Amino acid sequence: MLPMFSAYIDMIRIRFLMMLAYRVNYYSGIIIYAINIGAYYFLWKAIYGANETLGEFTVLQMTTYVAVSWMARAFYFNNLDREIANEIKDGSVAVQLTKPYPYLIFKMMQGLGEGLFRLLLFSVPGMVIVTLIFQIELPTQFDVWLIFMVMIFFSFLINSQINLLTGMFAFFVENNEGLMRFKRIAVDLFSGLIIPISFFPGWAKGVLEWLPFQAITYLPASVFTRRVVGDAIYNAFIVQVIWFLFLSIPIYVIWKMARRRLVVQGG
Amino acid sequence: MYYTSIFTDYFKTYLKTRMTYRADFLIEVVTDLLFQLTNLFFILVVFLHTNSLGGWSIYEMLFIYGYFMIPYGVFTCFLNLWSFNERYIVKGEMDRILTRPAHNLVQLVLENMDPASLFGSLTGFIIMGYAWFHLDVSFAWYDPFVLQLMVMGSVLIYGGVYILITSLSFFSDSPTGITPMIWNIQNYGRYPVDIYNKVIKFTLTWLLPFAFVGVYPASFFLDKDISQGFALLTPVVGIVFFSIGIIVWNIGVNRYKGAGS
Repeated sequence: MLPMFSAYIDMIRIRFLMMLAYRVNYYSGIIIYAINIGAYYFLWKAIYGANETLGEFTVLQMTTYVAVSWMARAFYFNNLDREIANEIKDGSVAVQLTKPYPYLIFKMMQGLGEGLFRLLLFSVPGMVIVTLIFQIELPTQFDVWLIFMVMIFFSFLINSQINLLTGMFAFFVENNEGLMRFKRIAVDLFSGLIIPISFFPGWAKGVLEWLPFQAITYLPASVFTRRVVGDAIYNAFIVQVIWFLFLSIPIYVIWKMARRRLVVQGG
Repeated sequence: MYYTSIFTDYFKTYLKTRMTYRADFLIEVVTDLLFQLTNLFFILVVFLHTNSLGGWSIYEMLFIYGYFMIPYGVFTCFLNLWSFNERYIVKGEMDRILTRPAHNLVQLVLENMDPASLFGSLTGFIIMGYAWFHLDVSFAWYDPFVLQLMVMGSVLIYGGVYILITSLSFFSDSPTGITPMIWNIQNYGRYPVDIYNKVIKFTLTWLLPFAFVGVYPASFFLDKDISQGFALLTPVVGIVFFSIGIIVWNIGVNRYKGAGS
């Protein structure tokens, strides 16, 4: 167990260093996120106009929500689905399967290395800058920050699990490009990144409460903006844990099935 | 005449390659459209809670949104040079282009053309029509012609800005990451510029004139006096930016030395 653990740490570290090597993407990434946060900031300001609250949000909560959702996205976002699908398509997954560690956990660790890189060098300085430029309100209690950190870690886990599932689909069809694109739209739209779920019409809210996407952005950002307080915080967290455990089941089953039917073309 | 026959040949090749994988083609068209429609969704949900966005009604917003999609579709059909640096500079494909008689930019446009994105323009046109139907604005006989002129101006702005950005690849060897940045900025243009602060408004009007691919030209038809004066500038700004793009491109091509492999 222990040597395995150090191998995982190395996987995270190597991906972290790899990200450091491609710094151009890093700089342009910061600006892109700043642009997106800025655009939605002004847009929401205009939408509120003279209104004090809309969709259960105050203006201040809304602008904070926008900032923290995009910053959290920098951490949980990864392209594991595309990486896995490409490795299946070009056959290099066969080589990966001979390695003495579980392939899917290896991929998760790479994703974590990438996420940690962006969290430390991107979200943290970004949040400082955003706080200086825009009117937002950060939580003052230490325990809120703590639970938020744990929750965005689960956002990462759940988002990566969804990516693993979408990527593994390439075992069964020759081209899963369409599915990967649909997934990306679904995550941005249904996780509450673009519009908080409380703004959706009642029927849509009912449907989204039964989908895993809200656990990625809406729940942690609601805790951060203090819309969810007290015991409700733990309920939100438990929803995330349940989705994490629940999504592990299809991943395990599909992985078992996929390994049996893997055909590498050409290799 | 010469270019017409080249266009026909390229178009036939395009059809043949795309029709080999029909299902993929269909999925791509549908998902591309869905990507664009997420913003429509945003507008619709937001207007469940308010009836004015900085003084603009839902149908006015939808009208701008529909207009925005028209030049965007035309632009992605003909002038999308997204992977230029990787494909033509790094892999040295530009050498092949330059040894041929047709103008290099024309070849690039034809090689990368994607008529499927015109479905986006069509969708935009339908959305615009729907919004117009619900709006109480006057209709003049010259409106259809002005629309064509505006769309042309907007396409030229896209073309000019992206040709300019793409030609930076000739001056710098490494990818600059600037294209995705600009791509994100252009989405500002589909909302009324008055909602932004002065710096952004100035940038969107004069530096990266993406207000001219959405809100300004669209407001011409909405009889909104705040930006109507700007609306008429659309073709002018288009010609100016396109010319700058072409000039810088040609300078860049002259500097091109090949990737050396």
